[in-house]
Amino acid sequence: MAMPASEIEALIKTAFPDAQITIEDLAGDNDHFAATIVSEAFRGLPRIRQHQLVYAALKGNMGGALHALALQTSAPE
Amino acid sequence: MDNPAFTRIQAQIDAAPVVLFMKGNPMFPQCGFSARVVQILKHSGVQFSSVNVLEDPEIREGIKEFSDWPTIPQLYIKGEFVGGCDIVTEMFQAGELQALLAEKGITQDAAA
Repeated sequence: MAMPASEIEALIKTAFPDAQITIEDLAGDNDHFAATIVSEAFRGLPRIRQHQLVYAALKGNMGGALHALALQTSAPE
Repeated sequence: MDNPAFTRIQAQIDAAPVVLFMKGNPMFPQCGFSARVVQILKHSGVQFSSVNVLEDPEIREGIKEFSDWPTIPQLYIKGEFVGGCDIVTEMFQAGELQALLAEKGITQDAAA
């Protein structure tokens, strides 16, 4: 069960067209990623809500096909 | 609250001021993310209770829907969902976790 970074990025980009996305494959196994996402959509929201928006964008893959995705979200400076 | 697991989860959350839903137990965490949150809580000298979701499939699935959060671990403080590993780590590094615990009146014993 794995999900390539390009697919993760595409799903996030669809939900947050303005987003600046950096995805790092932590273990080189297409299964453990860290993503940094900067989007206006996050402005003013608590972190839990920001991450929930990202999980929603991933359409149920988080915790399933996608085992580990460390998230860092913020609004542009 | 039509999910029978929700009643049990709510009771677990209400049973202690700080509750960690995790894989394994604080002595033997069975996932790196759960281990990290345990470490942070121990470092903060906070008393917490834990629920091993690996021993309870109903809770393991139920908690994801309950919190609207797809992954384990999940930390609750005074009945409020705080976040998973990333958020707890970020909050700890920023000093926000310590501030939240203090605000909620939870003792942090630095010597622990």
